[in-house]
Amino acid sequence: MAKIAAIPMILTALCVFVGGTLWTVVYSFTSSKLLPKAKWVGLDQYERLWNTNRWIVSIENLMIYGICSLVFSLVIGFVLAALLDQKIRFENTFRTIILYPFALSFIVTGLVWQWILNPDFGVQNIVRSLGWASFEFDPLYNQDIVIYGILIAGLWQGTGLIMVLMLAGLRGIDQEIWKAARVDGIPTWKTYIFIVIPMMRPVFITTLVLIASGIVRVFDLVVAQTSGGPGIASEVPAKYVYDTMFLRQNLAQGFAASTMMLLAVAIVIIPWAYLEFGSRKRD
Amino acid sequence: MKSFKSLLCGTAMCAAGAAHAVDLEVTHWWTSGGEAAAVAEFAKAFDERTEHTWVDGAIAGSGGVARPIMISRITGGDPMGATQFNHGRQAEELVEAGLMLDLTDVAEAEGWRDIVHPVSLLDSCTIDGRVYCVPVNIHSWQWIWLSHAAFEQAGIPVPTNWDEFVAAAPTLRESGIVPLAMGNQPWQASGAFGVITIALAGPEAWAAVSVDKDAEVAAGPVYAKVFEAAAAAREMRQGSNVQDWNQATNLVITGKAGGQIMGDWAQGEFQVANQMAGTDYSCLPGLGVNEIISTGGDAFYFPKQSDPEVEAAQKELASLMLSKEVQVAFNLKKGSLPVRGDVDLAAANDCMKKGLAILAQGNILPDANQTLSPDTLGQIEDLMTEFWADSSISAADAQERYADIIANAD
Repeated sequence: MAKIAAIPMILTALCVFVGGTLWTVVYSFTSSKLLPKAKWVGLDQYERLWNTNRWIVSIENLMIYGICSLVFSLVIGFVLAALLDQKIRFENTFRTIILYPFALSFIVTGLVWQWILNPDFGVQNIVRSLGWASFEFDPLYNQDIVIYGILIAGLWQGTGLIMVLMLAGLRGIDQEIWKAARVDGIPTWKTYIFIVIPMMRPVFITTLVLIASGIVRVFDLVVAQTSGGPGIASEVPAKYVYDTMFLRQNLAQGFAASTMMLLAVAIVIIPWAYLEFGSRKRD
Repeated sequence: MKSFKSLLCGTAMCAAGAAHAVDLEVTHWWTSGGEAAAVAEFAKAFDERTEHTWVDGAIAGSGGVARPIMISRITGGDPMGATQFNHGRQAEELVEAGLMLDLTDVAEAEGWRDIVHPVSLLDSCTIDGRVYCVPVNIHSWQWIWLSHAAFEQAGIPVPTNWDEFVAAAPTLRESGIVPLAMGNQPWQASGAFGVITIALAGPEAWAAVSVDKDAEVAAGPVYAKVFEAAAAAREMRQGSNVQDWNQATNLVITGKAGGQIMGDWAQGEFQVANQMAGTDYSCLPGLGVNEIISTGGDAFYFPKQSDPEVEAAQKELASLMLSKEVQVAFNLKKGSLPVRGDVDLAAANDCMKKGLAILAQGNILPDANQTLSPDTLGQIEDLMTEFWADSSISAADAQERYADIIANAD
C-alpha cells in the first residue's frame, strides 16, 4: 500500500529530476542556441567553457566562497550554540536575534549589505566620521577582496540556522555525560571537542549538506550585491549558467556549464556516500 | 475554467457585434518616464483608430530582464499579441521556429521597402524574403555628451572631437573633475568601446570585423590603435564610481564629469534636467571624428496566434506603428529618430536634428545587435567588463582575446 502511495512521487522524481538532468547533459553536446536543437558538436561547448576566463574566475570564486563559508559557518555556528547553551538568561531573545537574518531572502540580504559595505554610506563612512579619516573598507569596490564582501553577507544570513541546528544537537546530549566528564575532571573545552562533537555527528552531517547546497547555488546574493562586478571579479558559476542560457541565447553553453556543476557535486557526494553507506552494510 | 473563459470571451465578442474587437496584449520594457509616455502614443492611436484595445504588458527592468520572460512566454505556448525586441538577431530563432507572424502581405501592400529609411532596418526584419517585424525607431550609440560647466571650471574650451577631449583630460583631472563618466553596468563598457572603434578605426574596419567577422582585421594595427585608446579612456574614467548609465549622465549634467560616451537616449536625461543643447551641453556624433549614426533601436514582432481575428488585429497594429502620425508622435516623446525619412520633425531639438541630418546624408552603419549574435555580443561584453575594470590587462592582451572571439563568432 505504501508503495502504491509512493508511485506518483517516484514517477515525478524519475521524470523531472533524473529525466531533466539527463536531457540537460545530452543537449550540452549540441550547438543549441535559443531553442534546443539536436545538432551534435561533441565536446566543443566544454572546450569553449574551459577557455572562458569568466568561467575560470567563477570557479575560483566558488572555491574561495565555498571553503570559507563551510569553515566559518560551522565554527561560528557551533561557538554561538555552545555559548547559548550555558544556561544564560534571555536565551530566547538571543536565539531569535541570531536566527532572524535567515528569514530574509538572499536578494534582501544582498541589498542590505550592498548599502552597509558602500564606502560612501556604510561602515567606511561611519568609521571615518568618528575621526579615523584614513580608514578604508570597501570590499565591494575592490576586485581582489570582493568575494569576501559577499561571504560576509552569506555568513550573516546563514549562520543563524546552523546555530539553531547545533543548539538542538547540544540539547540532545544527555546531561549524564556532562556529569560523568565533570566527575572525571575533564576540562569543558576538551569535553566539547572529544566527546560532544563526535556524538553530534548526525547534526554535523545535516548542517554540512545544508551549507554545501547553499554554496553551489549561490546566485541571488551576487546578483543583488555586485551583479558580478567590479569587472568580472565576483562572478559565480550559477550566474554564468543563467546569463548564457537566458541572456545570451546559448542554451548548450549553459547546459555544459551546469553539467560541470553537477559533475563537481557528484565528485564530492559519491565517495562520501560510498564511505557512509558502503561501510554500514559491512557492519 | 478555460472553456468558461472562452465562453465569456465569446459572449463579449457577440456583444461587440460584427466588429470583432480584439484585446491585444503588447509587451515591452519601456517603463521610464519618457519611454512610458512614448509607448502611450502607440496605445492611444491603436485604441482610437481601430476598434481593438491595447492591453499594456510592460515588464519592469531592462531588456535583459524582459527578453527571457517574453521568449519563455512565446516558446511556452502563451504568446502575447505583440512584443518589442531590439533591431537585429534577438528573435531570429523564434522566427526560424515558425513562432512569429509573417507580415509580408502588409509590408508589400503598403510598400514598406520604399518608406522605411534606412532600408537596412527592414532587412533586419526580413528572413528568407519574408518580413516578420516592424521597425519603430532608431537609437544610435555614436554620441559623446560634454558638460559645458565642467570645461568652464577647468578653464578650457569645450572640445569638438575625441582628440581634443583626450588632450583636455589631464586639465580636467587637475580641476577635480572626472574626465569620462561611465557606469559599471557591463553593456556600457562594451557600447563605449564600439563607439570608440567606429570613430577611430573607421566604418570600413568596423564593418570588416563586426559584419564580415574578419579576425585578421580585429588582430591588426587599426584595431590596436582602438585598444590603446580604450586603455587611455579606462584611465580617464577612474573615479566615476556609479552603477547605472543615468547616474553617469547625471555626473555630466552636474559638471562633475567632463563627458560621457552614451547613446542618444541620454538626451532625455538632459531634457528632464532642463538643460539646453549648445549652451549647457554639447553632443558630438561619432565622437566628432566620423560623423555617423548606427541604426540600432526597437522593432515589434507579432507572435503567431491561432485566431484569425487576432491575426487581423496584429496586422492593423503593425501598419499603424509605421504610419506617419504615429511615427512622429512616438519618436518625439522617445527622443529617438523615426524610421521613415518622409516625416517632419520640426519639434526636434538640436542634437536630434544633427542626427536627422546625418541620417538624411546616409552616413549610417548597422548596429552591432544587427550583425552579431547575442552569444558573441555577450562574450565581447564579458571581455570589455573585465578590461575596463582591471587596468592590469594590457591593450594587446585584450585585443588578442577580442580577435579570438571574432574568429569564433557565428
